[in-house]
Amino acid sequence: MSATRIIELSEVWKSYETGPVSVHALRGIDARIDEGEYVAVIGPSGSGKSTLMNILGCLDVPTSGSYHLAAQDVSTMTEAQLAEVRNRRIGFVFQQFNLLASMPAWRNVELPLVYAGVPRHERRERALASLARVGLADRADHKPGELSGGQQQRVAVARALVTEPSLILADEPTGNLDSESTTDVLELFDELSALGRTIVLITHEHDVASRAGRQLVVRDGQITTPVGAA
Amino acid sequence: MNWPETFRTGIEAVQAHRLRSVLTMLGIIIGVSSVILTVGLGQGAQDEVKSQIDSLGSNLLVVSPGSTTSTSGVRGGFGSASTLTLADADAIDDSSVVPDVERVAPVISSSVSLVNGTTNWTTTLVGSTVDWLDVRSRELSSGRFYTAAEVASGAPVVVLGPDTASELFTTGSAVGQTVTVNGSALTVIGVLESAGSTSSESSEDDTAVTPLGTATAVTGSTGTSISSIYVEGASEHTLGAAYQEINALLLNLHGVSSTEADFTITSQEALIETANSTNKTLTVLLGGVAAISLLVGGIGVMNIMLVSVTERIREIGLRKALGATPRSIRRQFLVEASMLGFAGGLVGVVIAVVGAQVLPSLIDQPVSLSLLATAAALLTSLALGIGFGVYPASRAARLTPIQALRSE
Repeated sequence: MSATRIIELSEVWKSYETGPVSVHALRGIDARIDEGEYVAVIGPSGSGKSTLMNILGCLDVPTSGSYHLAAQDVSTMTEAQLAEVRNRRIGFVFQQFNLLASMPAWRNVELPLVYAGVPRHERRERALASLARVGLADRADHKPGELSGGQQQRVAVARALVTEPSLILADEPTGNLDSESTTDVLELFDELSALGRTIVLITHEHDVASRAGRQLVVRDGQITTPVGAA
Repeated sequence: MNWPETFRTGIEAVQAHRLRSVLTMLGIIIGVSSVILTVGLGQGAQDEVKSQIDSLGSNLLVVSPGSTTSTSGVRGGFGSASTLTLADADAIDDSSVVPDVERVAPVISSSVSLVNGTTNWTTTLVGSTVDWLDVRSRELSSGRFYTAAEVASGAPVVVLGPDTASELFTTGSAVGQTVTVNGSALTVIGVLESAGSTSSESSEDDTAVTPLGTATAVTGSTGTSISSIYVEGASEHTLGAAYQEINALLLNLHGVSSTEADFTITSQEALIETANSTNKTLTVLLGGVAAISLLVGGIGVMNIMLVSVTERIREIGLRKALGATPRSIRRQFLVEASMLGFAGGLVGVVIAVVGAQVLPSLIDQPVSLSLLATAAALLTSLALGIGFGVYPASRAARLTPIQALRSE
């Protein structure tokens, strides 16, 4: 099967200078993820998986090594270019949901489209369609404070989907949820995966990681499982 | 993010923190309204002075005794030792010597008590020629002014100012009645029209005017010295020439050099300038204080915007993660700051306009709003918003998305 390659990391290092010592958060990461894959990145805290998530999400650039996202080399891009890549290619789902409390659900969902320059009427349509896909069509006008944790995270998933990104990047998406909502959100990821979405899920919980098609175990800034498509 | 979206987001952000936005704007509101009102008060005072002085006649020169010099202070004296005489007035009236003069009215004035039965009123008794009425641009509301014949004969007639007339004759017309001055009975032949269109009380309306000879007779003054000479120039353009001619003539008559002049010639323009320069100093001083408060208001905007950046650090991070460029974040905060500034300016203008309507009745001072000052204050408030928004906005733009998302 010759699927399109979405992510290709080779020899990615990330170092931080903290005073006289430099800390190597990532020590030569190599990874490939193809379109349609559902990959879990798992590792204990301090393993470097958050740094990896930042680099995968184009929120940060590697110190050395290269990162190709959907065939584009993003490791040398400027901040403005990275902003555009984040906007078009990546849908984020965060542990703390990160919804804007003052706006109703649909306004939160349309936010990436605002930065993409999509006209107003089309934004609302697409936001409502995206909310419908996560089963919250009837909650479009509710503000985040009026929704349960699980519902809020589903709104965040709808926001991640609305730009039709190449990659959905979920950072501990169930970390703030009770077990019922966790199941709820993970089932949603299963459905999206079944529909052919590429999902990278970062977690420290094995139950959550086991849902994914493939697991990348990060330890001490390195991937300890065999690299390559499943 | 395009401009309309940026503005919409800005309005939402301002609305989301209503109380804080209003408090932030308060500095700008107070600054803008006080700048406009101060300038308006200064302008109003200038207008009033001008209209008061204009009402005296626009091409009027006043020759008064005594002189102010930089070296020796006031030379000569007012009152008893007057250095001006009727001969001086007659000389100025000679059109061959002073061609740019239209009319001349020598005046002697003294404080007298007018008596009507049991009513007693102290006022200024003015003795002059028939030209007084024209030179001072006065009109009569009833009766008539005295004639040249009455001046020649020193007839016992008097024309009262409107205030004087109403004080002495509370009921009925004053014309035809008699008033007593130092034991001499004078017949009231006319009442003057009020001089001022202005609200303030004017001494111009409390006076009694008689022929020159009558005035000297009733006040018992001797000699030919007079209080002042009112000169009406032929036209406003030749007033300067008239000034020079009178100056040269009087120096010659009195036999003194210009540094020893024992008289002063004042034009209305000079009076206006003197009055206005005082007003201007006050306006600049108060306007400066108001401008400083406007500046402080601007600093308040910066202060709140910095707080806002810190407080919304997660929002900034999220927006960046979702695709906001540093430029659009900077723009968003800049627009927000300038909105606070401009909205504050608008409210300030509204308050100033309302204040300009209410204030005159409270403090008895006219306020004339200047469009220029209003526009300038409004633009300044916008500029302050932008100027003091730059630093907070670029701080927001510089945040990296991870920094911003991680903060708790």
